[in-house]
Amino acid sequence: MIEFLLHDEKITLDDIDPNTTVLEFLRNHRQLTGTKEGCASGDCGACTICIVELNTQNQLEYKSINACITFISALHGKQLISVEALKQQNQLHSCQQAMLDSDGSQCGFCTPGIVMSLFALQKNQASYNRHKVQQALAGNLCRCTGYRAIDSAAKQALNSSVVDHFDPQEPSTRALLLDIQQQSAHQTTQLIQDNKSCYIPKTAADLAQLLIKHPQSTLVAGGTDLAIAVTQHGASFNQLIALNQVAELLEYQKTDQQITLGAALSLDRCQRLMADTFDDFSVLLDRFASLQVRNQGTIGGNIANASPIGDIPPALIALDAQLQLQYDKTVRTMQLADFFIDYRKTALQTSEFITNIIIDIPTKPFIFKIYKISKRLDDDISALCAACFVQLDARNRVLKIRLAYGGMAAIAKRAVKTEQALLGKIWSVENIAFAANCLSDDFQPLSDFRASSEYRLTVAKNLLHKFFIESADYDVTGCDVTASDNAEFASHTRIFDYV
Amino acid sequence: MSKLNKTVISQKEMLAASAQKLATGVGKKVAHESAARHITGEAIYIDDRLEYPNQLHLYPVLSDVAHGVITHVNIEQCLKVTGVERVILAKDIPGDPDIGPVLPGDPLLAADKVEYIGQVIAIVAANSLAIAKKAASLVQVKITPLEAVLNVVQAHNLKHYVMDPHSHSIGDASKALATAQHSIKGELEIGGQEHFYLETQICSTVPTEEGGMQVYTSSQHPSEVQKLVAQVIGVAQHKVIVDMRRMGGGFGGKETQAAQPACLAALTSFLTGKPCKMRLPRELDMRMTGKRHPFVVQFEVGFDDQGLLSGLKLDLLADCGYSPDLSGSIVDRAMFHADNAYYLGHADITGYRCKTHRASNTAYRGFGGPQGMVAIENIMDHIARYLKIDPLTVRKLNYYQKSHRNLTHYGQLVEGNLLDEMTAQLEESCEYQQRRQEIVKFNQQSSFMKKGIALTPVKFGISFTATFLNQGGALIHIYTDGSIHLNHGGTEMGQGLHTKVAQIVAEEFQVDIQHILVSATNTDKVPNTSPTAASSGTDINGKAAQNAARTIKQRLINFAAEHYQVAIDKISFVNNHIKLDKKVISFVELIQQAYFGQVSLSSTGFYKTPKIFYDREKASGTPFYYYSYGMSCSEVIIDTLTGEYKVLRADILHDVGDSLNSRLDIGQIEGGFVQGMGWMTTEELVWSDEGKLLTSNPMSYKIPAITDIPNDFRVKLVENRKNPEDTVYHSKAVGEPPFMLAISVWCALKDAVASLNNYNTQPRLNSPATPEAVLWAVQDIASSQAHLKPQEQVST
Repeated sequence: MIEFLLHDEKITLDDIDPNTTVLEFLRNHRQLTGTKEGCASGDCGACTICIVELNTQNQLEYKSINACITFISALHGKQLISVEALKQQNQLHSCQQAMLDSDGSQCGFCTPGIVMSLFALQKNQASYNRHKVQQALAGNLCRCTGYRAIDSAAKQALNSSVVDHFDPQEPSTRALLLDIQQQSAHQTTQLIQDNKSCYIPKTAADLAQLLIKHPQSTLVAGGTDLAIAVTQHGASFNQLIALNQVAELLEYQKTDQQITLGAALSLDRCQRLMADTFDDFSVLLDRFASLQVRNQGTIGGNIANASPIGDIPPALIALDAQLQLQYDKTVRTMQLADFFIDYRKTALQTSEFITNIIIDIPTKPFIFKIYKISKRLDDDISALCAACFVQLDARNRVLKIRLAYGGMAAIAKRAVKTEQALLGKIWSVENIAFAANCLSDDFQPLSDFRASSEYRLTVAKNLLHKFFIESADYDVTGCDVTASDNAEFASHTRIFDYV
Repeated sequence: MSKLNKTVISQKEMLAASAQKLATGVGKKVAHESAARHITGEAIYIDDRLEYPNQLHLYPVLSDVAHGVITHVNIEQCLKVTGVERVILAKDIPGDPDIGPVLPGDPLLAADKVEYIGQVIAIVAANSLAIAKKAASLVQVKITPLEAVLNVVQAHNLKHYVMDPHSHSIGDASKALATAQHSIKGELEIGGQEHFYLETQICSTVPTEEGGMQVYTSSQHPSEVQKLVAQVIGVAQHKVIVDMRRMGGGFGGKETQAAQPACLAALTSFLTGKPCKMRLPRELDMRMTGKRHPFVVQFEVGFDDQGLLSGLKLDLLADCGYSPDLSGSIVDRAMFHADNAYYLGHADITGYRCKTHRASNTAYRGFGGPQGMVAIENIMDHIARYLKIDPLTVRKLNYYQKSHRNLTHYGQLVEGNLLDEMTAQLEESCEYQQRRQEIVKFNQQSSFMKKGIALTPVKFGISFTATFLNQGGALIHIYTDGSIHLNHGGTEMGQGLHTKVAQIVAEEFQVDIQHILVSATNTDKVPNTSPTAASSGTDINGKAAQNAARTIKQRLINFAAEHYQVAIDKISFVNNHIKLDKKVISFVELIQQAYFGQVSLSSTGFYKTPKIFYDREKASGTPFYYYSYGMSCSEVIIDTLTGEYKVLRADILHDVGDSLNSRLDIGQIEGGFVQGMGWMTTEELVWSDEGKLLTSNPMSYKIPAITDIPNDFRVKLVENRKNPEDTVYHSKAVGEPPFMLAISVWCALKDAVASLNNYNTQPRLNSPATPEAVLWAVQDIASSQAHLKPQEQVST
């Protein structure tokens, strides 16, 4: 059984196929057709809805997500707001009014999704900021307007601080959500229909036991990739186990030495937790899929997925991150780099799951840069992703170096030969040039519709040069380059600096 | 709200009202008629309609072979699935099995051969889409493959065409080229483009008691859907009613190719007696339907020391896909626009309609025009690099003139030419020359980031080149409460057509637009309509609605003159009121009196575009009623290490004549520009060696997102330039022309690359200029330096 709020109505669902997406639920079960299907793969945003959930301080958080790739189980304990709820007593919501005033709609099909992204943004953002608007809307494709009008609408919506009808309802919404949370407390709940079932455990211990009992089950975290198997490839999972309510997997710890991230933390949350330590990680996450996907997708999911073009693995491999894996009551730790065995194949054993990702914060000085190269700037899968970490000694020699790449091989991995060519060497343009040539020994990338093999290799080499250029302000005396004062220089080396 | 419905207001109040101007008429900044429902989710698209208890959903079985003979189809396993109602094959079609819009060649269902991967072989009808989809995978199809032609140049060499080649000629191109001071030969590849309307193709059908069909379609051409449904199910057209409220985007993709799902749904409804819906999932939509035609351009151009064109030979090789569809007119339009804004003098332009085993390419905003324009704009850049002068100088030098050098290669005089004045205005307002200097300086100082700038013109011919299509129809009813029901032959796909037509009717009757309801386009209200295409929606349907309104208005005036005993010249319609000499009555008062006076309050209206004709045999005539003009200047930055880029600024000056509604016009311009930018940059179609589309979803096919738009985006309409022709309120069409403003982005990218060799070499950059393509252009120019590639043989 799952319980959630649809607008302000409490919904209890028991007998429903857990392969049902939130979009199907809205359109087919509730005849709420304002939310549209544009792609059913989380790429266009026409199905954007807003999820309201309690955070650890029991405050309400508003998040835009793609209804088309979210399984119904994800709604448990949350409030779902679709476009139908915004207009109240014939009064348009300020986000709607802004879209109307700014001519933000033409054919109107993407519009409800855009309105919902704006609504969620308005709930999270006090005033207009072009970058934040781009972040919030990069996952909402519009083929008609050319977006300028939508940007104007965002300006109007964010610069007019209006109390809406959701604000006075927040105390009762919070109470209702708390009530749902407390009712099911630590107990595993289940959705079941015919031979299809989904368990929703609340503790790691229960999760471990369920996995032992049902070793063939499929784990679903955010579901932003798994749901595509259902909506695009006709899959239907018999036994799902949802990870998004497992308390331990949603925890995090941050000390001066270490960051520990629960595997079910959303990518958006991870971005915020990592931002002030590794600003390039944050820059990467800005361009990772769309905000809707980052709100729903998890860091553990992006790792367990083992996609050769996932962006989190190279970034974390370059940081020498470790994984904690749990089977039954046994927890083991391994290097993330060792987790990936082959194409979509990992070291995860049957009935085992990822609990935490641990990142040791390197001692300063160091330089850590991530480069994501894709056809489109936003919401695109990398042709290649390069994550580069280096520490130099006082004599400008390479003390430590980790160069991790995505999109260059069947798995995300380090360029071992290239690293070796640099280790202990002077950090110089000549040595970089020599080392760059080793990349073709490390990688023989594929050609596909995203990029050719030659392009991937050429750019990988060029990015090593760029890394060197960007390290020019590296201060061997101990200044942290990632938070360098020399922003002027750093802001002119990438296309994204000109956005 | 105005006071139209209040009958009891004082004469003084009415006099005051009639002294005011109408707030929502022509030229007023009225919002899109559906905007208030778009933003709330209340606007109904076909998939939002309530379903019937016995609703069937359709899913197709597609060919996975590009070219082959169907040897065996087995539907037994599929039929066994619970919930499957029927499986339909070509042999089940009672009427005409071919739905080619102009020429035959588009089988509704493949019967014995397949000609592309994605061609529909069978339709599975089931009581849910999920069941239909699952069951469709159980249909067994065996195909013996034949050799497939998957390359446009290969098709051209084999003379594998869907239609015969066609040429335009002016002067003596061969002689001119032989005697030219300089000449260049070259080749350019121009990619296609997926429409990516947000609402995929969809149709819903309900059988009627007469054995006909009620059809709800998302189509730019309801009359053609009506005709084809009637032919497929073998009934007369009057038994088929097509209703089209709105599309979630069209862009040309729903001009002919909405007909297939409509005919399949109608066929299934006809055979089962049940309501049917066919909605294409995104991936199937992208595989099944055609796109913008990819082109290969082969050219030889002659010019003098200043860069003035002296002769041109241009071969346009269009990849039409497997069938003619609209390729005849599309390639014609590419040829018509291969001059863009330039006087060609001596030119031979030939269009080849190459047949490849891919989905049949179709209409897409610009309709071949963009490809023709890119061809000539590329040549302008070539000449400029060769002569080492600014490309804008070469462009301006070659512009059509007003009193001489004004004859096109198809025999039409260029009139109402705004090229010089608009270029001067934009060049100044965007500070082109100053920014050019700054960019040169920036590029000298910046090691691997390079900027580029380009200012390019657009001259686009307005009218269907198939002259008979230039007709529009409308129907107006006025009810006794004064409310007006308006219907016309055009379709609403987001462009704001209904809003503009309502404004025109509002202006004629002088009543506010909220009293006018534009209902769904419907074939039983206005018959035999033309597609909403060629940017002509407002031009033809707005005029037709104006004519309908004027017919009723004249009746009202005649009635009022007699009823109120006022001279006709003392009667005027002003701001929801009628002035009868010194007396004023409300519009609704007049309507009520006219009703009691037994006056017909309903009328049709019709319009055909005057003056135009085209003799295709002679390849000469005046195919266009007028030209629309536009100018844009784009500035970009590229990263020469990765090929990534960003449009920093775009300045646009566009000509819409006297704007009917500047809010809507600016929306079309901005949207068209960004869509064009996508076509020339990130939107790359990639097929496998077997002919399967690999970029068949938004994960792999990248249309512009919000971050891609110019950081600084300035759009202005040309002011005080009415359309000299008698178009509706002297406005100009706006749907397609702005698309081609984006050519400036592509030229600016080339400009940035050219900076690497001090602007002395034309970069080898095809379209789309993906980051990879830009990187190769960078590497090519860096390695070649001053040397020219063998492909671009230059002789002096």
